[in-house]
Amino acid sequence: MASLVTKKSVLLARLVKNVGDCTKRLSSHFIYYPDNEKPVEGETTKMNMMQAINNAMDLTLKNDPTAVLFGEDVAFGGVFRCALGLQEKYGKDRVFNTPLCEQGIAGFGIGLATAGATAIAEIQFADYIFPAFDQIINEAAKVRYRSGGQFDCGALTIRTPCSAVGHGGLYHSQSPEAFFAHVPGLRVVVPRGPITAKGLLLSCIREKDPCVFLEPKILYRSAAEEVPVEDYTIPLGKAQVLREGDAATLIGWGTQVHVLLEVAQIAEEKLGVKCDVIDLQSILPWDEDTVCNSVKKTGRCLIAHEAPLTSGFGAELAATIQEECFLHLEAPISRVTGWDAPFPHVFEPFYLPDKWRCYQSLTEMLNY
Amino acid sequence: MALKTGASVLRLNTLRNAAVRYVERVLQLLSTHTRPEVAQNTKYAEFPGAKAPYVTEMKFLNESSYDPIPIYRVLDNSGSVLESREEPSIDKDELVNMYKTMVQLTQMDKILYESQRQGRISFYMTNYGEEGIHVGSAAALSPRDLVFAQYREVGVFLYRGVTVTELINQCYGNHEDPGKGRQMPVHYGNKHFNLVTLSSPLATQMPQAVGAAYALKRQPNNDRCVICYFGDGAASEGDAFAAFNFAATLDCPVILLCRNNGYAISTPTNEQYRGDGIASRGPALGIRTVRVDGTDALAVYNAVKQSREYAIANNKPVLIEAMSYRVGHHSTSDDSTAYRSIEEIQKWTTDESPLHKFKMYLEAKGIWDAEAEKTCLKESRDTVVRTMQEAEKKKRPHWKEMLEDVYYDMPPRIQKQMKQMEEHLKKYPDKYPLDQHQD
Repeated sequence: MASLVTKKSVLLARLVKNVGDCTKRLSSHFIYYPDNEKPVEGETTKMNMMQAINNAMDLTLKNDPTAVLFGEDVAFGGVFRCALGLQEKYGKDRVFNTPLCEQGIAGFGIGLATAGATAIAEIQFADYIFPAFDQIINEAAKVRYRSGGQFDCGALTIRTPCSAVGHGGLYHSQSPEAFFAHVPGLRVVVPRGPITAKGLLLSCIREKDPCVFLEPKILYRSAAEEVPVEDYTIPLGKAQVLREGDAATLIGWGTQVHVLLEVAQIAEEKLGVKCDVIDLQSILPWDEDTVCNSVKKTGRCLIAHEAPLTSGFGAELAATIQEECFLHLEAPISRVTGWDAPFPHVFEPFYLPDKWRCYQSLTEMLNY
Repeated sequence: MALKTGASVLRLNTLRNAAVRYVERVLQLLSTHTRPEVAQNTKYAEFPGAKAPYVTEMKFLNESSYDPIPIYRVLDNSGSVLESREEPSIDKDELVNMYKTMVQLTQMDKILYESQRQGRISFYMTNYGEEGIHVGSAAALSPRDLVFAQYREVGVFLYRGVTVTELINQCYGNHEDPGKGRQMPVHYGNKHFNLVTLSSPLATQMPQAVGAAYALKRQPNNDRCVICYFGDGAASEGDAFAAFNFAATLDCPVILLCRNNGYAISTPTNEQYRGDGIASRGPALGIRTVRVDGTDALAVYNAVKQSREYAIANNKPVLIEAMSYRVGHHSTSDDSTAYRSIEEIQKWTTDESPLHKFKMYLEAKGIWDAEAEKTCLKESRDTVVRTMQEAEKKKRPHWKEMLEDVYYDMPPRIQKQMKQMEEHLKKYPDKYPLDQHQD
């Protein structure tokens, strides 16, 4: 469905090894692997993820006269500056501050979309999205279903910065994807860098379903890639295989994809084994085919996410994989995740599913 | 909040209890408009939701139907008392202590802000411009009153007796941080001093404060109240409305103190709300309300002192809107010159400085002078610098503290996770900053 949104949609899921070896250390816990392969031909510009998101919203505001962008402190560009310059360009009636109220932002966005506008809502931090939970879960996700298809708010996209940043503590670090993944009717998407952020965000904005777009905030400034300047989308509901192998399947999303790419590299160097590394990208609905085909091939699967273990989205993946791939499995499915505790400030290096925890788990799985 | 023409909706015989009579007196005093006579034979409606007169003339009310709520102050900009009867009787030592707390606060802000810039701590928020609200309110409370703060009230913590050492240990997240290094800097809390530990989400503390006040009310011979601090931005959250409405309907002895400093990060108050500020919401929800000059510590003191007495004697909430200006950036993650001019900021660092006004007041009373100022500044600065050097040397808590306190008793599943991490650290000890943490 999503791939039909525009003609320029490309099935990046088919692309393999589209990440380079050019790496840059962003924090103590991961190395960034930029995308080398372009989703579309044509001119590119070096952009970080903040600029790529800005560019996607710029294109939307330019081409869709109904589109509006709003949230707390969005007028001056937002606290992460993703909306920088857009109010000057498109006016105060299209890019604006709201009062400080997340439930208001979400409900306002649902109303806009119900009445035919394209709504891009920013929640300042994913940690602060919970006052909007009722609007998102009970309203946005259920509008079409409860009205028998008469109404929908598919034109609503809620963008919000998520995940670890090195010093965010309890309330500037959370990865709440699993909460939203429990809600039929929503789409939940997490990009891993500038190229995917632009393509996936444009897909979310045009998708006929309400989308929660979680932006790993540590990638905003430091992750830079050559991003196509023209309009393109990346299909929702599709995972991408970034590195290929036969020893194990490593699955992650957002920042964690880069941790897993490094783990695969270490495993190749130290153990001489190659792994599939899959960026799930769409958490809901998710790409069962790509995941299960990979696990059937490798027989081993490691899932890693920053959110706590219990009822994290890894649980859903593991359950489905064992149903679909049971006879192919050579080892129990392994989950390497944040611990079952709130996200702690000075203990962040011990809390994250870093490359060494993932690597240890991988070696144990290979020796099972 | 004086109702202008069309005030027939307010009529004496509908206002029966003492609290409302007070509001009525204020209305009479403040109104610049005569209220139209309601005909003798006016019929009163008996709807469950409103007891009000019927009228045959349709009149919409809007923000200009009311005069702005006035701003109470005691001191003028030069620190002189405007009306001698309004000067609170605070003894000399306490006055000096109030001022010293403000000085200590600004020195701590100055040095810790810089230390964040140098990468010594990860984050900081200054309190510039709001020092008068902190010490004025803290001095008017009993130390036993329970405080639910937002995050820009550290002067209240200092005044209560929390040491600079404890605050700086929190910012460093070392093993002497009472919060065990789990939260970002400035998320203080101290059970002994009745200061509930802060969280970052906005306005969540507001209905909690109201619930706490309800619990206090039910204790025998209660002589305590709760004070809840929040900002003009937080007041837009749904939790803020819930707090106002619960406080009023459930008769809770709580002081809801809004620090209206003009900005919520970059969002100015004219994009945050329309109408007459936060104070106008008080009477609308049946809450006794006053607006004060937050740069005047004595005005804040008087307002909080009276509110406290009223709240405890009557088991009722009070809303105080303390007007001020956030002189500093929102936090170290913010550069406020991106959305406001330096000229705008400067006005509030001179004429309207709460420290300046209070200092001149003390000087005029003959209890403060240049020599005392010099000594106080030096002592405050030295305390912070010395404490910082000590805090830097202290190790962070043992990594296992990461998994403690999630539950009262650690469930087997978390015990298992702790064991996993322990085994992992034995295999990969050099990959983790174990040397920065306690053994």
